[in-house]
Amino acid sequence: MSSDLRDLYQEVVIDHSRRPRNFRKLDSADRTVEGFNPLCGDKLVLYLKLKDRQIEDVSFEGSGCAISKASASMMTSAVKGKSTEEAKELFRQFHTLITEGPEGSVKREQLGKLAALGGVSEFPARVKCASLAWHTLRAALEGKEEAVSTE
Amino acid sequence: MRATVEALGGSKPGAFSRERWQADFPILRQRINGKPLVYLDNAATSQKPTCVIEAISNFYATCNANVHRGVHALSEQATEQFELAREKVRRFINAPKVEEIVFVRGTTEAINLVAQSFGRSRIRAGDEILLSSLEHHSNIVPWQLLCESVGAVLKVAPINEAGELVLDELEGLLGPKTRLVALAHVSNALGTVNPVRQLVAMAHAQHVPVLLDGAQAIPHMPVDVAALDCDFYAFSGHKMFGPMGIGVLYGKREHLQSMPPYQGGGDMILSVTFEKTVYNRLPYKFEAGTPDVAGAVGLGRAIDYLSELGMERVASHERELLGYATRALTGIPGLRLIGTAREKASVISFLLDDIHPHDVGTILDQEGIAVRTGHHCAQPLMERFGLDATARASFAFYNTREDVDRLVDGLAKVKELFR
Repeated sequence: MSSDLRDLYQEVVIDHSRRPRNFRKLDSADRTVEGFNPLCGDKLVLYLKLKDRQIEDVSFEGSGCAISKASASMMTSAVKGKSTEEAKELFRQFHTLITEGPEGSVKREQLGKLAALGGVSEFPARVKCASLAWHTLRAALEGKEEAVSTE
Repeated sequence: MRATVEALGGSKPGAFSRERWQADFPILRQRINGKPLVYLDNAATSQKPTCVIEAISNFYATCNANVHRGVHALSEQATEQFELAREKVRRFINAPKVEEIVFVRGTTEAINLVAQSFGRSRIRAGDEILLSSLEHHSNIVPWQLLCESVGAVLKVAPINEAGELVLDELEGLLGPKTRLVALAHVSNALGTVNPVRQLVAMAHAQHVPVLLDGAQAIPHMPVDVAALDCDFYAFSGHKMFGPMGIGVLYGKREHLQSMPPYQGGGDMILSVTFEKTVYNRLPYKFEAGTPDVAGAVGLGRAIDYLSELGMERVASHERELLGYATRALTGIPGLRLIGTAREKASVISFLLDDIHPHDVGTILDQEGIAVRTGHHCAQPLMERFGLDATARASFAFYNTREDVDRLVDGLAKVKELFR
């Protein structure tokens, strides 16, 4: 088994994909945005409830590969309670990590649990899977209503 | 042993051996992620033997010039080679006449040509076009575009759980308003081989012409358009070991002759004034602009290569390999085949446990095994099975039992990682 693969599919990633957190419809959501990855068919619906520019609650539903599901699950856990600016900054750092890799300008340590997805940087074809939920979140934070596509 | 070798390879010992394919196909000698390449994405595109690569390179090195134009030696040579390739195609699919072979960019362009030219001139508001549930997007969207512009209606023949066309339902959908039937010869996503001869006869009984999308049939089995009696047959060079960017539309002369041009430009005309243009004869009427001459030459060489192997032997090797692979894969606990038609080409779509095909594909790639994952450009078909995606292993004559064993080992690694 290659070490890159073990790094991509860490146990915590598999766990989040099998038992995604915040995987439900949020009836009280004030923003709902759909995200698609047309290439692999990943799709999700992101529900967001904001209060005073703080993320009061966030959840998702959908289907996709282990990476996209785990990423959505870990993202919802990470951004709950954060301000919209903090969440966007976290996306910027996360995106840097998964595209630039461990030698890039963002270190894994800075990202806490989200760092488990750092192995994606060795698999450029899977960056879209890991970032789909985040692109969708950003659209929701910016008040956009049209569906988000990674293509 | 000797008998086996002769039965398979005739005068060439070990004709269907890994050693021969590695000698003939440079890409198959490569290592991917440190492992010898196992290429199982032939339904997406096939690999090219050295002879094809050299034919393209030789064309540019020795006789590149535009065709049907110059009086100089190179132009004549280029034209001769281009037309020789056309004749090779004609013979390969047993088309009655060489002017029935139109060079296009690929299957997609061939179908668009028929939709726009035949379709727009013959199909009116309220008319019906009959497809099936297992079509590739390239045999759906061109007809939708036509329907939108002329007000015609698409009808879709269903398939059963095995992925086979339900023939009596298809027959029931053929009616007085049906103007064309457009069907895959072989399904790209499931491998189902449709009973096309019977289907053509069924449609002709109602005086309805038939287009067959042959992209996935032509690399796997002998195709005889005269015996099939289809009205149009479309296929791509790159799926039959030839280059990308060249393909073929076969059309019965009676149709091609009465159809208006698809595109306008050079080479498709006899004379042009601002008042009136006289179109060229077949097949040039449908070949506007400078064609992919080197591509056609490469395709011709691929046809030579396949003819030397013999399509009957290609088909029987793949039948044996499909049986071996099907037995091996169904032996894996948690593996589910999607598409279990009685008549199949060497394509296996599958799901493994609850693991998403995309993850399966990434892990196999790390083992040097190339498979396709996703909806295979057949979203309505995936929807029919209630799926977003499958993993697909698609074989060619150069695949071996060893490739299947490597796939099985790779899938064991997938299961291990997701345990």
